Amino acid sequence: MIFRVFEKKELKNLFEILAAHNKIVGPVEAGRDKHGEPVYAFSEVSDFNALRLGYTATKLPAKRYFLPFQENLSTYTVEDGEWQKSIDYNVSGPLIFFGLHSCDINALNKLDKVLLHSIYPMPYYAAKRKNMFIIGTDCAPQPFCFCRSMSSDTALHGFDMFITDLGTKYFVEILTDTAYNFLKHIRTEEPKEKDHILYMKTVSARNKKFTAQVDTTDLAKILDMEFQSDVWKHWGDICLSCGTCSNVCPTCYCYGVEETVDIDLKGAKKTKMLHSCNLIDFAEVAGGHNFRPERHSRLKYRYYHKHRGFVEAFEESLCVGCGRCGESCLAGINVPEVIASVRGGKSK
Amino acid sequence: MTREPETKTYLGIPLHRPKVAFFEFTSCEGCQLQMVNNESTLLDFLSLVEVVNFREAMTERSDDYEIAFVEGSITRDDEVLRLKQIRKNAKILVALGSCACFGGVNQLKNRLKNLNWVKKQVYGKHPIESGLVRALEEVVTVDLRIYGCPIKKEEVEKIVLHIALGKSVVIPKFPVCMECKANENICLFDLGEPCLGPITRAGCDSWCPNNKAGCWGCRGPAEDANVAYLKKIMKEKGFSEDTIIERLDCFGGFAHFSESNKQRTQRKKKS
Repeated sequence: MIFRVFEKKELKNLFEILAAHNKIVGPVEAGRDKHGEPVYAFSEVSDFNALRLGYTATKLPAKRYFLPFQENLSTYTVEDGEWQKSIDYNVSGPLIFFGLHSCDINALNKLDKVLLHSIYPMPYYAAKRKNMFIIGTDCAPQPFCFCRSMSSDTALHGFDMFITDLGTKYFVEILTDTAYNFLKHIRTEEPKEKDHILYMKTVSARNKKFTAQVDTTDLAKILDMEFQSDVWKHWGDICLSCGTCSNVCPTCYCYGVEETVDIDLKGAKKTKMLHSCNLIDFAEVAGGHNFRPERHSRLKYRYYHKHRGFVEAFEESLCVGCGRCGESCLAGINVPEVIASVRGGKSK
Repeated sequence: MTREPETKTYLGIPLHRPKVAFFEFTSCEGCQLQMVNNESTLLDFLSLVEVVNFREAMTERSDDYEIAFVEGSITRDDEVLRLKQIRKNAKILVALGSCACFGGVNQLKNRLKNLNWVKKQVYGKHPIESGLVRALEEVVTVDLRIYGCPIKKEEVEKIVLHIALGKSVVIPKFPVCMECKANENICLFDLGEPCLGPITRAGCDSWCPNNKAGCWGCRGPAEDANVAYLKKIMKEKGFSEDTIIERLDCFGGFAHFSESNKQRTQRKKKS
């Protein structure tokens, strides 16, 4: 890894160099909530001043840019009794992510394991993932962030460069030659020993700010043991089965596929839609049987996929600890409390 | 000058073009208006079916139809007779819109004890017969429900297309939140607004929340909707009992979950 430091004002120059030929996606203020607090979202940005690099957390991840909520997998045209299929991976060009937090970068790394490096990679994801340039940025831990428990508080790979705010300068980690070459266009310096110290101080100060945590010790095993635990029933009783937790999750990738015919009968489409295991339709199969008609069993399986199934397959959890699901859940169901209740053997 | 559209084929197979009829009872006829609203697909839609009865859009009348799309709720005795006749004529009876599915906005009057007072307020010195509001299914068997106030034209087109193609008709069982999140709206609760999105059947593409208006539940409950807990959440968020009941009662879809409905059912048994 190569490290550099640069003056803060140089970041705007970097943005403009990148924006000249590329689409940039970054954190922006999407609105204000009832308390007057900003609500952040990832959006396409063309003006550096619209970027909010000091953002707390976005309500939704940048998911729609790599796992769109709805995506055409293939389209068909029917003419003179013949039909033709066309496939589009829905990539219009490279995309630059300007300011992803470690949790969201780690989420992509986890998705890669399933959608990129598995026996059957998903080309729609791969095409987008391979066309990303990612600038990571440091964050201020929020009360709901438990990424440190999930080892997702720092990103070791999966980005091109990562900037950390040192007050007057940015400290930058460079992982790819693309990033190195872009950085040649702005004024950077070799970090000195005092920059190293400042960086370590900054990171250590930030790490002290984490409050939420999840005890993951032997969690996969404990989940196996507590499969019939009453706590699931408690969480199921208050779950709204609305699917919000999955939609705001940077790693939920389950989906449904629908085939539709155009109303003029001249074409058809195969459309993929992100789904949620908490929805009642999720485990319904042909013939109408539903494997998980109860809310608590659906909620439980979401936790089992994240914290047990994925751990068995990849030796790590599918959860990055961003805390978005708990923040967005109207019923207040959140990972730290659910896991604690399972470990405690009783509901809160 | 009208020309019969040629028989449509799909993948070389001629399609059966069902004869369909549209009817309205107590309603604003807005759902039927939605049907003729989208000119860009209207001709394609009309070539899939043969419309034999559609008072709002044509003068011809026929009782020879397979599918009856029925808008509106039932409030008068003559409506009962007419609906039963439609049921006899049609192979498939489709309840079109919230009024037909649940009674719609009309059923609000059922909450009031004195229906004569309601009549007087509305019609003054020229009263007409108007009793308790009933959904179609309280009078006849309904085969398919198309939800919404108004219905979403795209959804009806898809349903009709699927009937014509012999594909199964799939209507979402999950709630509006799913579509709202996919549309990346800021949650209405974060904006301090009440919203029934977490318990209302999806399929509208979160029409109201997209426009920063909380959901009023016009499509009725999602399947397995946790109405009791959403009520609790809304109370905790500071919304009054009245605000919550007003929303839940507005279109009649949540009648089974509401207190005032219990009274209504009791009254109906008496009458």
